[in-house]
Amino acid sequence: MSVADFAFYVFAVTTLAGGLFTVVSRNPVHSVLWLILAFISAAGLFILLGAEFVAMLLVIVYVGAVAVLFLFVVMMLDVDFAELKGEMVQYMPLGLLIGVIILLELGMAIGVWQFADLAPELRQAVAPDPQEVQNTAALGRLIYDDYILLFQLAGLVLLVAMIGAIVLTLRHRPYIKRQDVLAQMYRDPAKALELKDVKPGQGL
Amino acid sequence: MTSADFTLVLPEVILAVFAMGALLFGVYGGKDKTAPILTWTTAGLMVALGAWIGLSGEGSGSAFGGMIVNDGFARFAKVTVLLSAAAVILMSESYMERHGLLRFEYPLIIALATVGMMVMVSAADLMTLYMGLELQSLSLYVVASLRRDSVKSTEAGLKYFVLGALSSGLLLYGASLVYGFAGTTLFAGIIEVAGEGEISLGLLFGLVFLITGLAFKVSAVPFHMWTPDVYEGSPTPVTAFFAAAPKMAAMGLLARVLFDAFGGVSAEWSQVLALLSLVSMFLGAIAAIGQRNIKRLMAYSSIAHMGFALMGLAAGTVAGVQAMLIYMVIYVTMNVGTFAFILSMERDGQPVTDIDSLRQFSKTEPLKALAVLVLMFSLAGVPPLVSFFGKFYVLTAAVDAGLAWLAIAGVIASVIGAFYYLRIVYFMYFGDEGEGVQSAMSPVAWVCLMASAGIMVLGVINLFGVGGAAMAAASALVN
Repeated sequence: MSVADFAFYVFAVTTLAGGLFTVVSRNPVHSVLWLILAFISAAGLFILLGAEFVAMLLVIVYVGAVAVLFLFVVMMLDVDFAELKGEMVQYMPLGLLIGVIILLELGMAIGVWQFADLAPELRQAVAPDPQEVQNTAALGRLIYDDYILLFQLAGLVLLVAMIGAIVLTLRHRPYIKRQDVLAQMYRDPAKALELKDVKPGQGL
Repeated sequence: MTSADFTLVLPEVILAVFAMGALLFGVYGGKDKTAPILTWTTAGLMVALGAWIGLSGEGSGSAFGGMIVNDGFARFAKVTVLLSAAAVILMSESYMERHGLLRFEYPLIIALATVGMMVMVSAADLMTLYMGLELQSLSLYVVASLRRDSVKSTEAGLKYFVLGALSSGLLLYGASLVYGFAGTTLFAGIIEVAGEGEISLGLLFGLVFLITGLAFKVSAVPFHMWTPDVYEGSPTPVTAFFAAAPKMAAMGLLARVLFDAFGGVSAEWSQVLALLSLVSMFLGAIAAIGQRNIKRLMAYSSIAHMGFALMGLAAGTVAGVQAMLIYMVIYVTMNVGTFAFILSMERDGQPVTDIDSLRQFSKTEPLKALAVLVLMFSLAGVPPLVSFFGKFYVLTAAVDAGLAWLAIAGVIASVIGAFYYLRIVYFMYFGDEGEGVQSAMSPVAWVCLMASAGIMVLGVINLFGVGGAAMAAASALVN
């Protein structure tokens, strides 16, 4: 067994274990931490595949931003995870049954899986040759050149998500007092202040 | 990537850029006060684009490495989508204003959803298909819960979102299986490797998952569960929109995937579609009988109509696709008219949706009652009206393709379904005396109602030439 094989099994087992404990651990904060472990091991798997850019992306974006965001959400929101889990137990047998049936069906499909004769060629045709182009450059070429249309459509989808979030949550409350910086700055001290000459011992 | 690529998608680009510009205008130009003008300009632009696409002539082309195509089929579907979307937002403007729903974002979200639908019907790649579908679906989830202080509306949005996400998951899973087999996501590549006749088991799994995901979007049984709740809970203008343009787009997308990517193995998907069609027609016809809410009733009606349209696709022939397109255009026209009326139903300024409230409606508003009568007869498919010819085309195509059993079942289901349409007519003309309903209608909605009813009667002469256009579109798709 070469070092690469060994590394693969280590990362693969850690990814699976991380995923499993994400689902079953009782404390939601622990779940998120297990999720981070799964992300990092998956990044290791990507490095073994020679996709170092995707691996770094996984660490920076998913671990660095998304998982930390999850952590905040889990800690800020008052969600009773134990109660949710309780309901999960109720539906577990049915869910497991359906899961097993789908797994068997997919096993049937994948067991006799065969690729189309042209499939390797067609797959090669899209991607630049990894020997010649670094995969960061290759991804850039695919995303911003070949798939520019899809990239822009994805941008529109995100725009709709943003508009939707604002439409559904923003409320204008007219009675709230907000700070108006300009109004504060242009306030005339002569009108705003009134000096009183208070006599000693008499009060105002 | 050249300017030719962008020229091909110019209508989509124009609509998307307009939506972004209008968003800025709305935000900086007075928020919801700009809503009426944005509604009118959006609708105007949609009509202009529809006219441009419709008159832009023959031929077909593809762009961006074959990921998007522009052919007769795409143009036909785009014109239908654009015109129906424009009609729906115009006729609902006054309703939304009266009920405090007219937000300036609404026409823009509809415009972006329309961009998604236009991409859907010209998709020639699994990835383009998915991006178009998500752009459309995400916009629809948002507008479904537009009335955010109503529990029913938010429930409709949430339910639609959760089930829609599930169906997108199934669709993506199918797409990944297809890619795994074929090694490409381009329809042109898939049809090449899928071959003729015999189909590999893995590809079949992928195909079935894809059909499942898309059947959800056209609300075919057994993936219809969301439809009645979402139709009932959403604000009525949004329901009107759901029932028209997105159905056409999803049908167009389904036809495009099946013929462009899996045209060589039509025997495999034809039986799946025949089953979906059969159960949709019967469930739509039977389950609607017990409904008292007209929006729920229209939901079941749309399920039944989708069953008929799927019958055309199941035939798998040029005539079948032509029948499906004609059927969908007629369905969309009927729905625009019917919802123009449903939008106007109110009592003391509050919208009502009970069909009981239509009692003796013909006494108060004979002209509108007559228009609704025509539309209800048309929805039921009663012979002299246009929609009878829609059904006739579909049934002929099914019989010619050797699906006579399905055609017979379709006739039986449409006889069952006629009951609940005619009951509405009965209530209007012969119902008991009781607290009736007023019909407060803006001039635009009135025009939509009357035009729709008029088309149902006058269209019998030559279907306004839709038959020929649909034929050209169908032969562009099937070859």
